Amino acid sequence: MSTLSNSAVPAVDVPAVDIRSVGRIFPGRKGASVTALDNVSLTVAPGEFVSLIGPSGCGKSTLLRLIADLDVPTSGNIRVFGKPARQARIDQDYGIAFQQAGLLPWRTVTGNIELPLELHGVDRPGRRARAAELIELVGLTEFAGSYPDQLSGGMQQRVAIARSLAERPSLLLMDEPFGALDEMTRERMQNELVRICAETAAAVVFVTHSIPEAVFLSNRVVVMSPRPGRIRRVVPVGLGAMRDRGEDLREDAGFFRSLSTVRDLLHGDDGPAIGAPRGVETR
Amino acid sequence: MTERTLTPERRWRIPRLARPALLGVLGLVALAVLWELYKFFGPNNGVLIGDLTVLPRTSDLAMPHLATMALRLFEPVTGAATALPLWLAVLQACAFTLGIAAVGWIVGVTVGLALALLMQRFRLAEAAILPWIVLSQTVPLIAIAPLVRRWGAQVQLGEFAWENWMSVALIASYLAFFPVSIGALRGLVAPDANHVDLMHCYAVGWWKTLWRLRLPASVGYLLPALRLAAVSAVIGSVVAEVSIGLRGGIGRLIVEYAGAAGGDPGKPWAPIFGSVLVGLVAAGFVGLIGLFLRRFRRGEVNA
Repeated sequence: MSTLSNSAVPAVDVPAVDIRSVGRIFPGRKGASVTALDNVSLTVAPGEFVSLIGPSGCGKSTLLRLIADLDVPTSGNIRVFGKPARQARIDQDYGIAFQQAGLLPWRTVTGNIELPLELHGVDRPGRRARAAELIELVGLTEFAGSYPDQLSGGMQQRVAIARSLAERPSLLLMDEPFGALDEMTRERMQNELVRICAETAAAVVFVTHSIPEAVFLSNRVVVMSPRPGRIRRVVPVGLGAMRDRGEDLREDAGFFRSLSTVRDLLHGDDGPAIGAPRGVETR
Repeated sequence: MTERTLTPERRWRIPRLARPALLGVLGLVALAVLWELYKFFGPNNGVLIGDLTVLPRTSDLAMPHLATMALRLFEPVTGAATALPLWLAVLQACAFTLGIAAVGWIVGVTVGLALALLMQRFRLAEAAILPWIVLSQTVPLIAIAPLVRRWGAQVQLGEFAWENWMSVALIASYLAFFPVSIGALRGLVAPDANHVDLMHCYAVGWWKTLWRLRLPASVGYLLPALRLAAVSAVIGSVVAEVSIGLRGGIGRLIVEYAGAAGGDPGKPWAPIFGSVLVGLVAAGFVGLIGLFLRRFRRGEVNA
């Protein structure tokens, strides 16, 4: 698959993520292995926001873990900024956020955001300054000294996002980071993420199972189908550049059109769109 | 705040910190009252079912009054003119035993932690060592005490000579290492898969993961284990003093004074209180450690 899309992302030679015919088979009991991913290819351009969406068991989280080198593909290969995934992890080319905020309970908000910097030998004044910057970015200045158990779920997740940005990665991997939040908080967090992405210009691979979330955030939505996990189709959303996205986008006609395209694909209705050139709206 | 507004009629409040202490004292008082009540109302020959004594005799010899025990503490140990007051003799023995138990505790904690680290690091080590650790605790203390003493007697490295108190400390450590190794292992594998993944993403090695994640996460498991180890070390020291025949400690006093029970019923209780005191001090010390590590015991949080 190419980066051919109508996103406002400049074309650059080295893609942020380049996935080539990747398969992942989990060995099961007595040869009853599970094919989590089958022949998946996908390219994410630098600065591009790509969502992976699909029902449970479609391998979207597995795919993200493969990009993060938390797991190794059975076949095919993955390159991140032109390097093997393992090297990219060692070089800290990406930041990651999970569904659970995963903050260390014995560290304050500042301490948690400083963790990756501390582990990679950034000096104390440098850490403090960067943490303060990020805390401001996610709007938690008053809570810098609070412990995670004193924060709400949404605040914890904001800390986790700040932490993932600590080392200014040019790629963000997010595994349903807003999955455990209520709808109100969720929309607010999405707006914030759009703002943060516009500010940092990082590429994002975002796993979700919320259709509006995927459409609102993304340049392209990758719709996946389960058993075996495959890419069903890639839907270019084309709602414009990140920095122009705002709350009113949720009322936009293009937003609704993309919404229903993704929904139809998820419900297994390939409709007349199948075989048609990608990117062509058919309804 | 809200509590106060909801219950305005409640004028006096026990400070939160004082409550456990108060309850502890109440428990002691209840025990004392129970003792004296049974002594007063219980039949002189104890309660028998058939030939079986299910409750003790209540004579002054078998169950001396608490006042007798307390007053005895302030009399000299023996009739000799140079004899120390009983309480002082017991306290000295307490200090002696506490010292040995402390050495045993430190050795036990070190060994226990080392074993736990080894087992966490290498799956194979866990499979190989864990059963032996559990098995080690089934060997009766009385059986190993003479062995340790005999082996110790053969140790001689230049200036260094093995002494009997070291045998006692070694046996204390033998009891103390067990809860630590089990508790620490549970603690070290306690971090969420999430956190372990995160460390993997940060591409940090085992040592950094240990220091930044596994050790802090294990504190909640480690503290009860350390407390248990402290109490075990005290019990181990007391019992080992007796089986090895080491003089100067509380275990020896318990045996020695028990012989005096016939004519001096208050006396044997003094070293028993002493051993309780040693246990409390040991547990209290671990409590103090817990106070310093409070930060690491904050509840796990879910987003």
